Amino acid sequence: MAIPGLEQLPVLPVVIPLVAAPLTLLMKPGRAPWAWATLVSWVTFVVTLLLLEAVWVHGPVEYAMGGWGAPEGMSAPIGITYYVDLANALVLTLVAGIASVVFPYAYYSVESEIDHRQTPAFYTALLICFTGLLGVTITGDAFNVFVFLEISSLSTYALIAMGARNDRRALTASFNYLVMGTIGATFYVIGIGLLYQATGTLNMLDLHQQLMGQSNRMVEAGFAFIITGIGLKLAMVPLHLWLPNAYCYAPSAISAFLAATATKVQVYIILRFMFSVFGFEFAFLEVALNAFIVLGIVGMFYASFVAVFRDNVKQMLAYSSIAQIGYMLLGISFGTVDGVAASLIHVFNHALIKAALFMGVGCVVLRLGSSNFAAFNGLAKRMPWTAWGLIISGLSLVGVPLTVGFISKWKLMEAAFQTQTFIPPLLIVLLIGASSLLAAIYIGRLAYAMLLQPVPEDAEPVKEAPHLMRITMWIMVLANIWFFFQTDVTVGVATRAAQALLDTGLGYGGAY
Amino acid sequence: MDIIEFIVGRYNYWIFITLMMIGLYIVISRGNLIKTIVGLNLFQTSVFIFYISIGKIVGGTAPILVGSYKADDSYGEGYGDESHGAGEQTSGAREGLHDADGLDIPSNSLSAEVPAGGAPSAVSGSLHQMPDTARETAAGMASGVNATYDSVADAAAQGAEVIYTNPLPHVLILTAIVVGVATTALGLALAVRIREAYGTIEEDELEAEDHFAEFGVPLHPEQGQARGGAA
Repeated sequence: MAIPGLEQLPVLPVVIPLVAAPLTLLMKPGRAPWAWATLVSWVTFVVTLLLLEAVWVHGPVEYAMGGWGAPEGMSAPIGITYYVDLANALVLTLVAGIASVVFPYAYYSVESEIDHRQTPAFYTALLICFTGLLGVTITGDAFNVFVFLEISSLSTYALIAMGARNDRRALTASFNYLVMGTIGATFYVIGIGLLYQATGTLNMLDLHQQLMGQSNRMVEAGFAFIITGIGLKLAMVPLHLWLPNAYCYAPSAISAFLAATATKVQVYIILRFMFSVFGFEFAFLEVALNAFIVLGIVGMFYASFVAVFRDNVKQMLAYSSIAQIGYMLLGISFGTVDGVAASLIHVFNHALIKAALFMGVGCVVLRLGSSNFAAFNGLAKRMPWTAWGLIISGLSLVGVPLTVGFISKWKLMEAAFQTQTFIPPLLIVLLIGASSLLAAIYIGRLAYAMLLQPVPEDAEPVKEAPHLMRITMWIMVLANIWFFFQTDVTVGVATRAAQALLDTGLGYGGAY
Repeated sequence: MDIIEFIVGRYNYWIFITLMMIGLYIVISRGNLIKTIVGLNLFQTSVFIFYISIGKIVGGTAPILVGSYKADDSYGEGYGDESHGAGEQTSGAREGLHDADGLDIPSNSLSAEVPAGGAPSAVSGSLHQMPDTARETAAGMASGVNATYDSVADAAAQGAEVIYTNPLPHVLILTAIVVGVATTALGLALAVRIREAYGTIEEDELEAEDHFAEFGVPLHPEQGQARGGAA
């Protein structure tokens, strides 16, 4: 804590949106709640950037809530602590950064998709969801993760259900998500209960100390419950059924925000638990890593394959998200610094890609009222800015050079070549390439509709999306290109973060 | 004989697992949204029981300092004075404590459930009846936990015969209960909205309608009428 004047920095990303959320509810419907939420997201983004910088320069930061730190002679704190190292500083910055672009974008989209009187409630729920996602990422207390997980999930259910004005299927999608999400969260709580029973602590770093060398059935059961619970929230492949409809029928701005942040935060929790809490000494970890290879590869292919045949672009992108989670799991499953770094890089890059894509689809929904493929016919002539934004970010999803998607795939393949798993490295690399081809097919289908299909004869002329939406979308699209050239930022941070995670995982606590 | 002891000694876990499985089964098998929520509730409640039972020690009392605090005008001042006084008066009790591997009572009860594992009933009554293994592990743990209570150790010493129940799991599960209430409320609200939008809360009928909306053909053309009649 050698940062003068910034001692309270770690708590601010959670406190600012949390305090701002109820105030939003009191505002008059319309512009005020939106402007307020946008302002809050910008302030939070600045705070997270400062935090990232502080962690980069000074190393991990620990913040004891209410001053309930470790008393003299005690290793573990008695209260809740926030613990920020590079891995979660990166994810925090990502979440806040996406929010600071998606919140301003939301205005017109929300005005058209949501009942005007509900806008204060909408932005309140959005800010609470934002708080929850940041809280999950920043906290160093295992039970606190659950609390923030449910804060973000509960508001997410409500936000998805708000899409019911356009399509009532949002309600059933939200209900299914609620059931699956609650089962996932409860599994997580059971896992934490078992770990608490085995160790008597909830602090993640202390858990790691106490679990060293412990490998009995209770700890293994706890581990399995935690991974399954988070796997449900993460939409890991056999547990992904809630995701496509939830993302498809949610209001467009929510799809963009959730697709870019929610699952990314869950990937971070998986990383944190596997390497920071359990570590390689825990023999059962190997089982999970092997399972992740299989689930990752199956997810990559199965979800991409399903995506090819979707008629709704939002649903296609949702399935594509499930496939991308497969890549992240694959990166984790290598269990090497390169693999975990590749996974973190893909978390970051995929957030940029999916935010841009869903924002583009949101523009189309605003002007044409539908996200079916039919609406995209001849879009390059009708809404050129939106269409080209979609094409560039789509190429990034496929992994074409000059876009961030290429960096992700490149790093993942590089990591795959250097690992020893039960599947030969070359085969994994080929599989990554092959699944990228599937992505090329469904993105190609979208590009074909936009570029080569004629505009329907009876179509009324449409205006391009409002400036605000176009600009925010293009910020994301340009970020997709910019981070291809500025790999120092992502690759540099992610590699050091992965190094720190694995060092703890291997038991070198001092390397922090 | 051992197996019976194994089962009976862990009866709280059997209740937890049975309830959990019943809850999950209801969630999966029932098509009615309200019943799904009931199942979800049961599932969550089972976890509450799990948490409550891991913190409970048979014969343990609520985690309140017993006997060390007399009514006093100023809380902060009086507290310190009283506890010091208590320490002098009950030095005998404190010695007894330090014999027991330097444990003081609250930390003992905090860690007692750890070695007890499946059977909280194994730790019954006072400190001196604790199994050896339990005491050793507790001592190891206590090095961490002990210091927490330094400031109140004197006060606690007065209640040397008192075993405290571990409050932390209870506090945790209180949070989870609140989350559960919120989830139930939201789930019920969604069920109301679904009923308004679809006119039904039966999952298979919802699925059929959604299927029709998506593909333009009935999900089960031949069954459509039979179900209509049954409803």
